[in-house]
Amino acid sequence: MNVALFYALTGAGIFTLGLHGVIIYRHLLRKIMAINIMGSGVFLVLAGLARRVPAGPPDPVPHAMVITGIVVAVAATALALVLLLRLLDVSGSVVLPDNEEE
Amino acid sequence: MTLILLPLAGAMLAFLFPRAGGRLGLLTAFSVLFSAIALAAVVIGDGVQLHLLGGWPAPLGITLRTDGLSMVMLLVAAVVGLGISLYAAVWFRQEPLNGERFWPLWLLLWSALNALFLSADLFNLYVTLELLGLSAVGLAAVAGGAAAYAAAMRYLLVSLLGSLLYLLGVALIYHACGSVDITLVAERLSPSAASRAALALMVSGLLLKTALFPLHFWLPAAHANAGAPVSAALSGLVVKATFYLLLRLWLELFDTFAPQLETLLGLLGAAAVLWGSLQALRQSRLKLLIAYSTVAQIGYLFMAFPLAAAAGLQAWYGALYLVMSHALAKSAMFLAAGNLRRHAGHDRIAELDLVAQRLPLSVSAFALAGMTIMGLPPSGGFIAKWWLLQAALVQGMWGWALVLVVGGLLSAAYLFKVVGFAFTRARGTHEACPVPLSMEWIALLLAIGSVLLGLLVLPPMALLGVGDPFGLALEAGQ
Amino acid sequence: MTLNQLLPLVVLASSLLPGLLIFALPEERHRTRSALNLGGALIKLALVLWMLWGVYNQQLYEVRLAFLPGLELVFRVGPLALFFIILSSGLWLVTTVYAIGYLEGSPNRSRFFGFFSLCVTSTVGLAMAGSLFTFLLFYEMLTLTTYPLVVHRGTEAARRAGRAYLAYTVFGGALLMAGTVWLYTLTGTLEFVPRGFVSGLDPSYRTQLVLIFILLIAGLGVKAALFPLHGWLPMAMVAPAPVSALLHAVAVVKAGAFGIVRVVYEVYGVEFAFGIGVTYPLAIVAAVTILYGSLRAMFQDDLKRRLAFSTISQVSYVALGVAIVGPIATIGGVVHLVHQGVMKITLFFCAGNMAETLGVHRISEMNGVGKRMPWTMAAFTIAAFGMIGLPPFAGFISKWYLSLGALEAGREWVVLLLVISSLLNAAYFLPILHVAWFRQPDGPWPEERDYGNRETAWALLLPPLITAGFTIAIGLFAAAPFTPLEWAKLISLREFGTP
Repeated sequence: MNVALFYALTGAGIFTLGLHGVIIYRHLLRKIMAINIMGSGVFLVLAGLARRVPAGPPDPVPHAMVITGIVVAVAATALALVLLLRLLDVSGSVVLPDNEEE
Repeated sequence: MTLILLPLAGAMLAFLFPRAGGRLGLLTAFSVLFSAIALAAVVIGDGVQLHLLGGWPAPLGITLRTDGLSMVMLLVAAVVGLGISLYAAVWFRQEPLNGERFWPLWLLLWSALNALFLSADLFNLYVTLELLGLSAVGLAAVAGGAAAYAAAMRYLLVSLLGSLLYLLGVALIYHACGSVDITLVAERLSPSAASRAALALMVSGLLLKTALFPLHFWLPAAHANAGAPVSAALSGLVVKATFYLLLRLWLELFDTFAPQLETLLGLLGAAAVLWGSLQALRQSRLKLLIAYSTVAQIGYLFMAFPLAAAAGLQAWYGALYLVMSHALAKSAMFLAAGNLRRHAGHDRIAELDLVAQRLPLSVSAFALAGMTIMGLPPSGGFIAKWWLLQAALVQGMWGWALVLVVGGLLSAAYLFKVVGFAFTRARGTHEACPVPLSMEWIALLLAIGSVLLGLLVLPPMALLGVGDPFGLALEAGQ
Repeated sequence: MTLNQLLPLVVLASSLLPGLLIFALPEERHRTRSALNLGGALIKLALVLWMLWGVYNQQLYEVRLAFLPGLELVFRVGPLALFFIILSSGLWLVTTVYAIGYLEGSPNRSRFFGFFSLCVTSTVGLAMAGSLFTFLLFYEMLTLTTYPLVVHRGTEAARRAGRAYLAYTVFGGALLMAGTVWLYTLTGTLEFVPRGFVSGLDPSYRTQLVLIFILLIAGLGVKAALFPLHGWLPMAMVAPAPVSALLHAVAVVKAGAFGIVRVVYEVYGVEFAFGIGVTYPLAIVAAVTILYGSLRAMFQDDLKRRLAFSTISQVSYVALGVAIVGPIATIGGVVHLVHQGVMKITLFFCAGNMAETLGVHRISEMNGVGKRMPWTMAAFTIAAFGMIGLPPFAGFISKWYLSLGALEAGREWVVLLLVISSLLNAAYFLPILHVAWFRQPDGPWPEERDYGNRETAWALLLPPLITAGFTIAIGLFAAAPFTPLEWAKLISLREFGTP
């Protein structure tokens, strides 16, 4: 198995772990972290597969995508954390309520 | 390009000068509408427009492309956006702090929408998706309060999840094709394990964001707990944008990859129609009813996928006509509901009678918008339903036809439940909060727009067809 | 656009524009509102009469508007359209006068008259529709514009009635739409053609055509109150009398019946329909409805409900005439559209008068009404005799032609049915007349209003007298030109005449 495939599979694995985390955990902070882990998985896939010609120089375009992705992830995480704090302030809970309807 | 920069600039300025938010917002809204109309004129005259950012050609550069489909979406966003902006300018006079937060987020959302409609580059689309999602979540949270924050949080998690699925798909596609420009990818893409996986990922991500049953769980709370202009934007525009993206990917890239997927989408759509309508019937709060109605209407859109197999024109045009009419009608409904709620201080349906009779314009707006939802003439919704039924019946797909008909009946049930209150003898009095006439008129005008779409069909059809986005030139006539 | 093309559109506008304007009027401006109402009605009637003269002289009034690719909005005024539109326009004028009088002093009149005008617009639109598609559009709009009229009073009973009304009519509309789209996918056209346009299709489509027929007739049958889709009509009687009058005589029920006539004659063609075997079941359904309506009517004490069941029964005469394949039966069925309309509206006007002036709603309260309101009861009596089928009133003509047509087509049982039905009609009308004219009042009237020397307001009295007069005239002078009978003969000729 070549290196690229290894990184890609690892990335996929990390992605799946993150996905599992988002679904399973109830504590919002864990969910947010799980999303970040998913993101890392995707970035790993992108960077790992970043070769146009095997054994040639790596392709810079996916790297640019990863950097963009990281920036977006930072912004998103910031928003998520602020929302979490607000929710904590107002409702005293860090867990999403089960049923929204009245 | 201006269509993206204008709202972006507006957003920045509104952020920097919060107290001028309303005026900046309106200025931006009008300019965007004029630019959109200008662009439409160019598109009708000269066909598909391409713009290369920075002059860099693909595969390195990012292409912006406008064909009939994009143009229609841009125009719809521009018109509805103007309506929302005008309404919000008046609405937030009562809540100035929320108003200051609203404008930058709203303009950011709008620029994300326009960018999404114009981009022809998969990664750029990812960025626009994220921008769209984050600003939408922000707007959902503006209202404040535990319910809104919880709904926004859920929306955020869902949105991020969806975007990441999409991004993973993009990664796989880039690996397979060496580019993320849609045209190039379309040429190079062939069915393989990697591309099928990419299809699955991207479609799942976008389905999550478009709230197709059963991935709709986040929508009712998010749309119902937001302030009226925000709900209008979310239901009217945001879910349409993600649907548009899914459609675009399907038409350009994945059309022939997985016929079973068409049926699956159709089945989920049918389930959405039935489930959403039934849930709407059960609601005791007006905004939740309207939100579930959105869930149901989205289902109709997905039913076009299996119907397009042999009746592409009717199915796709029907779906798009529903997108256009629903955008206008649903935003009108949410704005009208906002009026009712502000007047009464609550939105419990059972106690709407006195409110409804004091605000005849809002109720009329609601009723007229309801005609589109029910698919009754004259309205854009009727035309959409006509086409979709035609597509179903000409192929002998009785099951889909039955769902279309039953869906219409159910929507009549839950809508008339509300409209009936406009006519009952009002019981008792209560403290009424006055509602400015302009807010009522905006809701009414948007609703009239959806009715007009039902009367003037040929022009939108002509615009939609520019550049043949649905690949219909290869099919025989209707 | 030539004048002939413009006329149908102007006729539509003559009630659409006043309707929209009336919505914007504040409640107090009754003069303006009445002026708009009556003005619109007069203009419409005048234009329709002009078109009557024109069609008689072989003029063509047709306008086509591009709407969907391959589907135009078609308005064409031929004999059948004219038939219905004269009924609608003439009776609208009379009903407007009546409604203005009846609703004197009630709330929400702007809303009422706005929807009233829109309702007539929809009716006129579907009368002039030259294609099933155009018909469908206005048919659905009719549902939407009549709902506010049914729930106008705003009481709990009104809301329930409105809900039932919607459930039935929206369902019917969905059936009609499904049938129409289906037909369109088979034939590629939906324009009305005398003798129909489906006969050219391949025989392999026969089952589909039968199913489509069922869908279309069921969809139309809801409004036409065919058994078992009639349930909404008695409940809708909670609406004010002008609304009942409108629903029964002018708009809704007639629209359904008219639609059935159009579908059988100008979509399928009656010979073709006979050939695929759908006319006989339709005749059965009509017959059942006729008997059912009459039987239920006998047991109603509430006057308007009795009249409602009477309508259910009588409108099926139209369906029956259509389903008995034959030119004379056609004449009988089609002409009954007009005759029943004129007679029924008279009955409702009178019922409304008694309710408004005396608070009398039930037959058991009607003892001696004849002495107190002689003119009203006279009109009622004339209309009742017409419904029973006594010569020389209008109803007799219809039943005569139906019987002749049945005999000619070899359906003798229909004659028996008509006789039984007339007996039943007598059974539920004569007691009313007896009670009103020959009994003494039990005590004071439930809620009497004083009109001085007159028996009731002019606006309430004139309309029924006018329509009762028509009942006599149509019957007496049936052979004269321009009567409904002559027009019905013309329509029948177009359907059955030598090609």
